[in-house]
Amino acid sequence: MTTFFQQLVNGLSLGSIYALIALGYTMVYGVLRLINFAHGDVYMIGAYVGYYLSRRLRGDEPSIVSALLVMLGAMLACAALGVLIERLAYRPVRREARLTLLITSIGVSLFLENMAQLVFGPDPKFFPSLAPRADFQIGGVRLTSEQLTVIAVSFLLMILLRFFILKTRTGKAMRAVSFSLDASKLMGISTDRIIAVTFALGSALAAAAGVLIGMQIPKIDPLMGILYGLKAFVAAVLGGIGSIPGAVLGGLLIGTSEVMVVGYLSSTFRDAIAFGILILVLILRPQGLLGRVQKEKV
Amino acid sequence: MKAVLAGVGVAAGLLALNGAFTGAFGAAVAMPPYLLQILCLAGINIILAVSLNLINGFTGQFSIGHAGFMGIGAYSAAYFTVTFGDRIRSALAFLPEFGRESAVLLAALSIGALLASIAGFFVGVPSLRLRGDYLAIVTLGFGEIIRVFILNIDAVGGARGFSGIPKLTNFFWIYSFAALTILIVYRIVHSSFGRTLVAIREDEIAAEAMGVHTTRAKVISFVVSSALAGVAGGLFAHYLMYIHTNSFTFLKSFEIIIMIVIGGLGSISGSILGAVLFITLTEGLRQFAQYRMIVFSLLLIILMIVRPQGILGHREFVTFLTKRRKPLGTAPGSTGGH
Repeated sequence: MTTFFQQLVNGLSLGSIYALIALGYTMVYGVLRLINFAHGDVYMIGAYVGYYLSRRLRGDEPSIVSALLVMLGAMLACAALGVLIERLAYRPVRREARLTLLITSIGVSLFLENMAQLVFGPDPKFFPSLAPRADFQIGGVRLTSEQLTVIAVSFLLMILLRFFILKTRTGKAMRAVSFSLDASKLMGISTDRIIAVTFALGSALAAAAGVLIGMQIPKIDPLMGILYGLKAFVAAVLGGIGSIPGAVLGGLLIGTSEVMVVGYLSSTFRDAIAFGILILVLILRPQGLLGRVQKEKV
Repeated sequence: MKAVLAGVGVAAGLLALNGAFTGAFGAAVAMPPYLLQILCLAGINIILAVSLNLINGFTGQFSIGHAGFMGIGAYSAAYFTVTFGDRIRSALAFLPEFGRESAVLLAALSIGALLASIAGFFVGVPSLRLRGDYLAIVTLGFGEIIRVFILNIDAVGGARGFSGIPKLTNFFWIYSFAALTILIVYRIVHSSFGRTLVAIREDEIAAEAMGVHTTRAKVISFVVSSALAGVAGGLFAHYLMYIHTNSFTFLKSFEIIIMIVIGGLGSISGSILGAVLFITLTEGLRQFAQYRMIVFSLLLIILMIVRPQGILGHREFVTFLTKRRKPLGTAPGSTGGH
């Protein structure tokens, strides 16, 4: 039983990373109906920005202030990157067929991966430890401070996001745009601005996930975004794409089940489990756990 | 399926031709080995691109799992040759050597195609009910699952890769199968069944209303496409003599997609053009290897902004040059739009 709880804690901390990335997928899908393939790579860039910032900002001792600065810096940089990607690559093809948009996002994803290999070098880099660390024991279950930080920070960000979307005017506009882009344009909402804000928010969350994963699994490399991105996408679909609580729930479920498979079956199937879940969801409940059924109108 | 029967007949005829050819060809055409290898890999890429275009370009179902089927074909064909190759050779002892080798290769490729098409069926039935971008992700997921499973089978080398495959593929076989692939896809697209596929691409709901069994048509198209990818995989395995699951990741699928998107979704000659262009640029930029994919990805983004239908669009090369009309009754750039 202790093993189970230990795995559960590990799963939840991995799952909150997936949840943070999944939020970006789900928000962008909400406003543009686009699976943003490049989102996983934004997360990778976030981890790298965090890496370079922490090497510069970290003093002799790891401190919480520098950890916060690193995270904020990475989030800002990636928010700018997200807006840039949207402006340069997606906006010109927004009115084209959805397939065109999808292929463009594959192009952006390949571009970021290869650019990162060129700029950062293809070899993995090791994230320095940012915050002072401590371990806790609760009934035989070991909680590392990294795990607690990851879970706490993710939930804090998710609560902030929820507040933003439900209580602010921009958040309301985002909900309107994801309900109907054309209608909200007619109502005087500046849809271009809202889409840019959505990309900025989603990318900032991905960057936070990148820094958090750097704290937990200190190895980062230019292709790390591919698998995390895909699994986070599966999480978004599992929860119901377009639904923000769904993305969180999906992320936690995917993370937990992945850790359980590794713990109880075999680590070689670690990457297959997410896709297995995806296929089951799409066959049994295509709208996801918390998603709404969308009727196709002729 | 007249086209398939004709194809089988052509393949049998080729079996005899190959012997006459290999001897003469090897001696007469003294190509530099580097050039020969590029041409051979280009041929395999043509098979992959043309077959993927059947499902992505003509049927309008965006699949990103082609490398998975190629992997199944490669591994099953290679396993067949290594395990049963000698038995076939001794059973056919009365034939001259080229005849025996060709028989082994053809049997292995058939096995590869068969297994790839079975996998295509089981992947296609659940996933082709989905639309657009969901289908893209599911096929990507299936492609990766296939790869992870192959990686865990110890009989084919697992993470060490599969080595010791005899070299049975040559220039002749690759281009015969490339021609066969083009013929099959061309005949399908220009049959009444091909029209249903195009109807599905243009408007799935309207096609369904017209009485097209859309899921069935999509699955058939997907299975044919997977089988051809399996053939390409088998040729690839028997050409390089060593295969590893790293050759069949989704990056390979993305490469094939780049080829058909650059050439034009829904154009056979476009796929050929795309495949040749891709290989030429890849080899031409070899000294700048680290910039290669950056160039391709930028090319893809710019192409989508400037000319989303690809170089040839829905047109074939001949009509592209002579007539400015649209051969399959469609507006350019409308692929897959809902």
